Amino acid sequence: MSTLLIAVLSFGAGAIGALVFANRGRGSTICGVGGILIGCLCGIVPAVRVVLGEPSQSIRMAWDVPYGSLFLELDPLSGFFLIPVFVLCALAAIYGADYLEAYRGRKALATPWFFFNLLVASMVVVILARNGVLFLMAWEMMALSSFFLVTYEDEKESTRQAGWIYLVASHIGTAFLLVLFILLGRASGSLDFDRFSASSGAGLLFVLALVGFGTKAGFIPLHVWLPEAHPAAPSHVSAVMSAVMIKTGIYGLVRVMMLLGAPQAWWGWVLCGIGLSSGVIGVLLALAQHDLKRLLAYHSVENIGIIALGLGVGTLGLRAGLPAVAAMGFAGALLHVLNHALFKGLLFLAAGNVVHSAHTREIDHLGGLLRRMPRTGAIFLIGAAAISGLPPLNGFISEFLIYLASFKGALTLDGVNSVPMLATIGGLALIGGLAAACFTKAFGIVFLGQPRSEHAEQAHEVGLAMVIPGVVLAAACILIGLLGASVVYSMTPLISEVTGLSATIVRTSLSTAAHSIALVSITSGALVGIATLLAIGRAIALSKRSVSTNVTWDCGYAEPSRRMQYTASSFAQPLTDTFDLLLQTHRVVIAPRGLFPKEASLATETPDPYQEYIFRPLFRAIGRDLLLLRPLQQGQVQLYILYIAVTLLLLLLWQLA
Amino acid sequence: MLAMVLAPLIQGVINRTKAVAAGRVGQPLLQTYHDLWKLLRKGAVYSQTTTWVFRAGPVVGLAAMICAIALLPFGAFPALAPFAGDLVMAAYLLALARFFTVLAALDTGSSFEAMGASREVTFSALAEPALFLGLAALARQTGTLSLTSMLGSVSTAMWMRAAPALGLTIAGLGVVFLAENARIPVDDPTTHLELTMIHEVMVLDHSGPDFAMIQYAAALKMWLLGAVIIAIAVPWHSGNPLLDGGCAIAGMFGLAVVTGIIESSMARLRLLRITQLLVAAIVLSGLALALVRR
Repeated sequence: MSTLLIAVLSFGAGAIGALVFANRGRGSTICGVGGILIGCLCGIVPAVRVVLGEPSQSIRMAWDVPYGSLFLELDPLSGFFLIPVFVLCALAAIYGADYLEAYRGRKALATPWFFFNLLVASMVVVILARNGVLFLMAWEMMALSSFFLVTYEDEKESTRQAGWIYLVASHIGTAFLLVLFILLGRASGSLDFDRFSASSGAGLLFVLALVGFGTKAGFIPLHVWLPEAHPAAPSHVSAVMSAVMIKTGIYGLVRVMMLLGAPQAWWGWVLCGIGLSSGVIGVLLALAQHDLKRLLAYHSVENIGIIALGLGVGTLGLRAGLPAVAAMGFAGALLHVLNHALFKGLLFLAAGNVVHSAHTREIDHLGGLLRRMPRTGAIFLIGAAAISGLPPLNGFISEFLIYLASFKGALTLDGVNSVPMLATIGGLALIGGLAAACFTKAFGIVFLGQPRSEHAEQAHEVGLAMVIPGVVLAAACILIGLLGASVVYSMTPLISEVTGLSATIVRTSLSTAAHSIALVSITSGALVGIATLLAIGRAIALSKRSVSTNVTWDCGYAEPSRRMQYTASSFAQPLTDTFDLLLQTHRVVIAPRGLFPKEASLATETPDPYQEYIFRPLFRAIGRDLLLLRPLQQGQVQLYILYIAVTLLLLLLWQLA
Repeated sequence: MLAMVLAPLIQGVINRTKAVAAGRVGQPLLQTYHDLWKLLRKGAVYSQTTTWVFRAGPVVGLAAMICAIALLPFGAFPALAPFAGDLVMAAYLLALARFFTVLAALDTGSSFEAMGASREVTFSALAEPALFLGLAALARQTGTLSLTSMLGSVSTAMWMRAAPALGLTIAGLGVVFLAENARIPVDDPTTHLELTMIHEVMVLDHSGPDFAMIQYAAALKMWLLGAVIIAIAVPWHSGNPLLDGGCAIAGMFGLAVVTGIIESSMARLRLLRITQLLVAAIVLSGLALALVRR
């Protein structure tokens, strides 16, 4: 525990150092990155050890803040969420050191490092806090520091807009959490987590947690800030936000569910429903995007959906008294938290390389980058296969666990109770198919074929500091894919804590799952082996024959041009058309007219339907109604003093009455 | 092993059926073997645009198919290593093969191939839920989670008890079989116009041993999905492994004949209609699930 405090102090020192050495060349970068690296190295050791089964540790100190104490605790759940925080933030800091150099001379480099360190420190405190006030303070600090990171390029109108949406969304979420903690602490008069009692109204508390934490996590329809904020932020910040920061929402939800005690069946139904809608709509919206980072942001919504599906299946299993279903569901969901952190971090860093070197995020302007950026392309491909849930990578392991849990549930439950299980099976299959479609599009159009613009033509590979973090993450994806069984087995203390089942029962359930996963990994190993043999066989066979290169088959055209290549929009068009009901794509068509048509064009755009049809009208209406209050603001000091006096008088009367 | 030897024969049977239906003599039954052998001895031509992804496509595709076949039981022979949930693994191995075939197609930069790739991912994304729901219906019916025990426990008694559910499952999986293997009414394997193809157009630029691997992987895929259907449709178990194996092989040829008859008797659907066909397959599988009582 003390090493974790040292880690937090190190982040703080890095933050202050970055400001102090703002004017000394690379001073602030060195301080910022150094603080992060030292802190992450210190912190990861106790986090891993507690997940593997060491006893939990806590610190409790009296402080001046009312309702409870300064209370921090490291238990398996906290440890498990801390691991990706430390891994991702360290790698993102190394990456960011190089990435931000491009802004030297144009923008301040001290502030982003200051806020980056604050963000990491606040995430750690959020995960460790066991007191409502401390939790909300850290939560708020996390929201604000990430807001300042999102608005780093505040000279752009779109960035300011994105920051504004993010700020509003996260504070609406926090409002729900405030109510949640007050209700939880009302009975005992203390906001310390261990004194919370939720004897009555657990359902209401669950809904509050779902909305409050769901806003951070990005459940549909509360996700609207994600596709705005992630593309606007510098890439290493997008990686940290998407990979780990939104997971604090999942952490909070699981933590509150643990505090609330035995779950009710409808919680599981709601979680499965949210998971299905977030998963399917998230991936469909991703498919319709033209902006690489926006596409990745929507995929975060999709993966949060998969996590919610796992939590829902686990909850239903717990409720129905099926420990195997519960253990595998929760294990799948939590493992997916870690896996998504790894491959989404990787994809955002690789996308950052593309933006850095081609200066555009527009997928339809890219192409042929694999030849120009071979290393970035290779790691992006690994990330793309992992996020599509394909064997032999890590994404498949966690999805497999959720499949296994819901298949087991579907075998034992009957009638209406089996519906969420079956919906999860069908939903995961559809999400998997659509994700594969989306990432063949993202990788295929960006990295394969020929460049579609000057920008892409002149792209070049980036420096090693911006490639190595991605390589480390790619290696982690492969490792978890091949060693899935032992990873799942080692989650026993964690799952036992989360589900409240005894360690023996959880171990039995997880070891049957681990047995299947071991065979999955053996099959994957065989796959790699056979592929290698086939490749060697082909190389030997071709070594003595004629191997030539020629142009791509062009059906006899004399002058095929690069502009004739398929674009991302055309690739996704059949699917976006099929699901147009959910997407509401806008189309601007200038059809060819006459015998000798001169011009024709087609432009499509898919703005977020929830933003467009729910939130924008809603906020416009609120804004209109609030105009009624405008006469109160006259700008005269006397009037404001009058307001204060009247308020005081009213309060006095109320107190007397 | 049997599958790996016999798989290309299925295409021969389909082609012979179509030829007979059209009143032609048709190509020899073993034509696919001749084609594979010829391709394997040839050199290769690669497009200038392509990278290592293009060369990885056929290799990964075939390797994934071989692994998936190893998870599948046939007749009385169990899979190499059955485990709970191997059906998910098998389905995702098919997805892996598709992922790389699609990327290899996009690597050429050709619009035709990208068009095929786009259609492939569209239709497979819809075929996937139909496949999974069909398998879930079967899992619920038999109460097990591995392909070997699932397909092995379909019996005549089960047909007596739950014929509607099993019939609907076969219907749902049958559509998936036709769609995934690029047969009529989803795709026409004999068409000669790039604009109208799905699977064939994706592999236009592959040649020599690469193309042989793709053709062979396609044959294995057809065997794989076909064997699942046949295991349900031919539920007799005599206990004699040779007799059961022979029965299953006869079933596979029967399926090939049925496919040939479908291809001879109807034309390809419009692309827009295919989505509806696949949604119908999802509905069929869903209905099968609803009919399963445990």
